[in-house]
Amino acid sequence: MMPDLIDALLVVVLVLNLFALGNSRIQSVIRIVATQGALLGAITLLMHERLTLPVVLAAVAAVVIKGALIPAIMIRSLRAAEIKREVEPFIGFLPSIVLGAVVTAVCLLLAPALSGSGSGPSLVIPASIATVLVGFILLISRYKAISQVLGYLVLENGIYIFSMLLIEAIPLVVEMGMLLDLFVAIFVISIITNHINQAFSSMDTRRLASLKE
Amino acid sequence: MALALILSPLLFAAIAALIPSNGARPILLPIAAAFHLAMTILVVARPDLASWPVLDFGPESWLGIDAPGKLVLFVVSVLFFFCSIYSVGYLRYRKERSNRVFVSCLLVFLSVIGLVAFSRHLGLMWVAIEATTLSTAPLVYFNHSRKSIEATWKYLLVGSVGIALALFGTFFLAYSAEPAGLKPSMMMGDLLGMASSLSKPWLRAAFILLLVGYGTKMGLAPMHTWKPDAYGEAPGLVGAVFAGGVTSVAFLAFLRVYRVCVAAGEGQYVSRVLLAMGLFSMAVAGLFMVGQRDFKRSLAYSSVEHMGILIVGLGIGGPGLYGTMLHIATNGLTKGVLFLSAGNIHRAYASKSTDDVRGAMRRLPLSGALFLAGFLAITGSPPFGPFVSEFSILAGAFDSRLFFVGALFLLFLFVVFLGMGKTVLKVILGRPPAEAMVADGAEAQSAPYRDGLLTVAPVFALMALVLLLGICVPAPLDSLVREAASSLEAGL
Repeated sequence: MMPDLIDALLVVVLVLNLFALGNSRIQSVIRIVATQGALLGAITLLMHERLTLPVVLAAVAAVVIKGALIPAIMIRSLRAAEIKREVEPFIGFLPSIVLGAVVTAVCLLLAPALSGSGSGPSLVIPASIATVLVGFILLISRYKAISQVLGYLVLENGIYIFSMLLIEAIPLVVEMGMLLDLFVAIFVISIITNHINQAFSSMDTRRLASLKE
Repeated sequence: MALALILSPLLFAAIAALIPSNGARPILLPIAAAFHLAMTILVVARPDLASWPVLDFGPESWLGIDAPGKLVLFVVSVLFFFCSIYSVGYLRYRKERSNRVFVSCLLVFLSVIGLVAFSRHLGLMWVAIEATTLSTAPLVYFNHSRKSIEATWKYLLVGSVGIALALFGTFFLAYSAEPAGLKPSMMMGDLLGMASSLSKPWLRAAFILLLVGYGTKMGLAPMHTWKPDAYGEAPGLVGAVFAGGVTSVAFLAFLRVYRVCVAAGEGQYVSRVLLAMGLFSMAVAGLFMVGQRDFKRSLAYSSVEHMGILIVGLGIGGPGLYGTMLHIATNGLTKGVLFLSAGNIHRAYASKSTDDVRGAMRRLPLSGALFLAGFLAITGSPPFGPFVSEFSILAGAFDSRLFFVGALFLLFLFVVFLGMGKTVLKVILGRPPAEAMVADGAEAQSAPYRDGLLTVAPVFALMALVLLLGICVPAPLDSLVREAASSLEAGL
């Protein structure tokens, strides 16, 4: 285990959060989120004392699914939809970056209180919570269906960071199950976003407003 | 046995996906459901058979069923059996649309229900619960209309985010062992064993996240927003599977978290949060039911209300637990009656608004009567099952000296009775409009609906069960309910 290197990589993950908040092209945001996911898959390798086959398998599966398969599906559905490639936020880019930065800073300040026994990397818990919160900001501040899915992915990445603390408690089967669920979820969601686009000629979720009281 | 229970519906789902004939495919549903029900009864009656013949379920195994698991599995399996018979009749009216995905997804859902009931590993249980979300989303989308897209989108997004929070909570729960220097674990046995030394702040945070996460799946207010849309736009059959199946399974998942928290000595904190959350759900449901013109949405809010009742019952604890466990059964079965009969009425009128639907009693005497009886049952009128379980929860509240909670509980039940009653009576009474208005393009092509054996008999059977539960709870079910309640009380 290399605590300092892991902490450094987690800082990169946090910076990617802010990039995702501030970028106006959906395609770039998909790439940023994919990079983040692949990086996280690689970090799990560093968390282990010894590399066993299941560990390597789980990390490879995470890198492939989060870094390649999911972005490929999303970029395909983006092309099929031929929508305007801009994000159209509900909260502007600058305010959402500032909000994300504030959230991240608060989580880092609270880090000493949050982290448990001292030896390991100290940033895992704050980075996880900050990423989950940034995922929420993305989720609620965007109108386009596909941007909301990106928010969900960032949120998932944040939860994935936390799972690094629990390597012994999560068996390979369960970890694979989680990745499979995520993959199927994105697959089903992409199908639905395509249908939204066909039926409403737009991916703007503001048009999904006929069901209400 | 357990493996057969979990895997056999998957096999049927694969067969369903391969069968080319749209007419023959639905027959698989009752076959698979009957098989599932038979195995469920065997597993519940003879727990020693569960591990037969392959796996030995030691305490370290991931698979193994607890008392609440048995109860929920049994209730859902019974409900699914009757729904599957109904589905054969229902899908005959929907010949214009391929039911390949629909039938396969229903069977996959049946399989995952078994997995949730048998999960001792909270991570595995989470995977199974997420799989219920994914396998049921295409069911909501069955009509392929603009409105059903909107409902599916909301269900998927709200459901996935909720379930993601539940995963975060599960991780917190496992991590709460770390500060005390214990080895983190997600096994129920380990967690219950080391409950007293779990870190309190982490445990409380985990509890809140899990309540929000699995509560989203149950449809507790204020995370219920997907529910009226999904229940309103999905076929009545799917509504029955959701309101009796998906929500009960999510409640089962939450019960396991509850057990760990109570064993950790957090009973008082947990109970306060649950009472507030449950009563809030009942209040919100009551408010939205008053003046509701869409009778399927009204049923959805009734489901929000009854999830609130379950959570209040759990919050009361001790004397309220028997009623809570019984309410899983009575609510699940009554929801089956309501959604299936509402589906028939919707089909006959091609509308679900009380502006168009009147005089259901005259046009569809059987479905209309069942809908009315289901309404009386779900609002807690004697002599039906929900009366017994709700009364038992209320008595539990007064036994525990929670007079204010008891009074609010009664008040909200009354508001719901009035609100829902107005909508239901508008549907039932009056003179039917001369010609059914065709509201939706998708529904125009299908044949006009008349009550038939396959779409009424299963509803009638469910209603008979609800009545039976109100008159006397059969001894085997009673012992199942008692066992589940005492397992929660002991926290073991």
